[in-house]
Amino acid sequence: MKHTMSLALAFVLACGSLAQAQGKLNVVAATEDLASIGREVGGDRIAIEGIARGYQDPHFVEAKPSFILKMQKADLLIVVGRELEIGWLPPLIQQSRNSRIQPGADGYLDASLTAQILEIPTGQITRAMGDVHPQGNPHYWLDPENGKRVAKAIADKLGQLRPNDRPYFEQRLADFTSRLDAAEKRWLAMVAPYKGTKVVTYHRSFPNFAERFGLNIVGYVEPRPGIPPTPQHTLDLMNEMKRQNVKIVMVEPYFDMKTPNAIGRDTGAQVLVVPPSVGGVKEITDYFKLFDYDVNLLVDAIKKVGAQ
Amino acid sequence: MRTLYVRGAALVVVGLVTTCVPAAAQNAASPQQGADAQALRTAIDELKRDFEMRMASLEARLAAVEGGQPPAAAAAPPAPATAAAPAASPAQQATADVPPGAAGASGPSGALPVYGAATASSKVFNPDIAVIGDFLGVAGANDRQPDPVGPGSQPRSLQMHESEASFQAVVDPYARADFFISFGESGVDLEEGYLTLTSLPGGLLTKVGKMRAAFGKVNSLHNHVLPWADRPLVTNSLVGGEDGISDAGFSVARLIPNPWIFLEATGQVFRGDSGPDEQPLFRAAERSHVSYVGHMRGYHDITENANLDFGFSYSRGHNTAGEGTPAAGDFTTNLYGVDLTYRWRPLSRSIYRSFVGRSEIIWSRRDQPDGLQAASGYYISGDYQFARRWFAGIRFDRSDRAATASLTDTGASALVTFWPSEFSQVRGQYRRTNYADGPSANEFLFQFQFSIGAHGAHPF
Repeated sequence: MKHTMSLALAFVLACGSLAQAQGKLNVVAATEDLASIGREVGGDRIAIEGIARGYQDPHFVEAKPSFILKMQKADLLIVVGRELEIGWLPPLIQQSRNSRIQPGADGYLDASLTAQILEIPTGQITRAMGDVHPQGNPHYWLDPENGKRVAKAIADKLGQLRPNDRPYFEQRLADFTSRLDAAEKRWLAMVAPYKGTKVVTYHRSFPNFAERFGLNIVGYVEPRPGIPPTPQHTLDLMNEMKRQNVKIVMVEPYFDMKTPNAIGRDTGAQVLVVPPSVGGVKEITDYFKLFDYDVNLLVDAIKKVGAQ
Repeated sequence: MRTLYVRGAALVVVGLVTTCVPAAAQNAASPQQGADAQALRTAIDELKRDFEMRMASLEARLAAVEGGQPPAAAAAPPAPATAAAPAASPAQQATADVPPGAAGASGPSGALPVYGAATASSKVFNPDIAVIGDFLGVAGANDRQPDPVGPGSQPRSLQMHESEASFQAVVDPYARADFFISFGESGVDLEEGYLTLTSLPGGLLTKVGKMRAAFGKVNSLHNHVLPWADRPLVTNSLVGGEDGISDAGFSVARLIPNPWIFLEATGQVFRGDSGPDEQPLFRAAERSHVSYVGHMRGYHDITENANLDFGFSYSRGHNTAGEGTPAAGDFTTNLYGVDLTYRWRPLSRSIYRSFVGRSEIIWSRRDQPDGLQAASGYYISGDYQFARRWFAGIRFDRSDRAATASLTDTGASALVTFWPSEFSQVRGQYRRTNYADGPSANEFLFQFQFSIGAHGAHPF
């Protein structure tokens, strides 16, 4: 990987001025995860920027006018979709004055369209269930398989917008996919001994991660999506955790630690702050490091509670 | 095309079966013929079953591709219940693995309105619909303002203040439309209804229709996104109260490129009728009496956690002074405004802590038969979010009266707001108002707001 990085760097240095002359494709991604994947595929032919930071709740991003300036210049907007950004992206798109990135236009890419989506509600849904996403769980990027699907969608889209650079994007896609394949094998090998480990998560951010890496999510700190913990629910959850001997609690970095810590003290479970996004902590600078960090964190914690 | 072909084939098969059956019954005399017919029937039945199975699974797949969202698969195939169909659709529902062919194609899957949230394909073009209810109660006496939030003279202790229905959708590749229809307890009002042209050249954001004007901050906000149960004194006295400057006309906004800040200039032209009937702000006595609004908005990120939003506004229109005299319609009102908003929200704790400080100063120059009335007023407020669902706020008010600038009212409010969820809100507000020409009023306002339907954007 280091090799490719330095290769890419050399490439940037060599062709930087040339690409500048041709004009890079301006890409805006809704999250840093999509920006990271886009960067892998687009290389130096695009300038890409994420809007939501990895340490912020992607449901509640503020629609700041400074984002309008970024989107005004964008040739391509990549969104997570499945209504993750419904509270803030539509007004930004509308005020962007940019017809290229309006929903349905060529410069609008919903990355979820080719991804594997879990928890698509069936039957009647109401808001009594909390802030449910009627089109399924939008945290799908936490499965490297979906990372590859998203990368393919981005490469296709970039190739469509810049037909001359299509071979370049395809080559970078192939490179990214093979590196991700290798990394995924390594991650899977790390978690293989602990398949079926029972965990509790704060929000429903990890279904794809759990499915890929063999975790069994038995409960949530939130009684319903988007509803903060209640004493009764916390009590029920702790009893359930003791009954099922659950020793891991996964919390996204933007949630309050008070209730998870109380659960940890009462049940003896390890409370882990697990970043669901690139940029969630400083070390996670790209899509590979996201899984490196999360998988390592998890495996260390499982070993620790296993040793107790 | 493909479904048509499959359906056609199925029809032929069904037709064949139905014509064969009576023929077989008529010729049942000969045992040899009967056996042949039996064999034929079994063969055809088998063929039919096979076709139906294929058709069901094909239709399910097609629905998944066309809809881009699997729930459509459940609604789509009206196919006969064969063993294959139920097996196929739950598999589709569980994972929604869109077939690779649909991936980046700019076919219907790519063009699907992502925030349409409709589940059956017949509904995808329906607008996003939501209804927001606003229930308001008040305790305490106020002789000057019997309706705690309106200009009416009827005392109102409890009221279903507003039920706002919104319909929003994309019209075509060039425009979108937004309607906000406000139902009072009696009577309906088009709060806003406008077309937004999203792809005009020159970076112009153009709106046509009836809209709340871009005069300052509060004037452009709907009731349900206000940080208070009422509107500030200065709004009620100088800028047309709850209705505010809200009129039919055109609006053009353009970003002004510069290397430092976000800068947006807005120009609007309206018919010239604004404000409630009881206390109108602008009234057009002639077609030429249009009103104008100009607004310049600046915005700057101080850090990623804090930002500053500021604006200058101007408005001009004809007022009702001198009504009933020959001079009626000769008098105008000029309004000038400055607004400033400071927001602080630490990104990593964005759902638990935030602070918004805001202020608006407004100057009114109202021509009247007895001379020019130069009135001014302001409000200053702060709202602090101290838990995920709890907010506390204060507001200070001061305003002269537009038609009698020598009378100055002042007020102060303290508020607590609780959000059970993103979709409902309970608010209590203590309000003291000192009137220039009457006894002070101490009131307690309480408000329930609730929203059903499409998920709207969070206010900023």
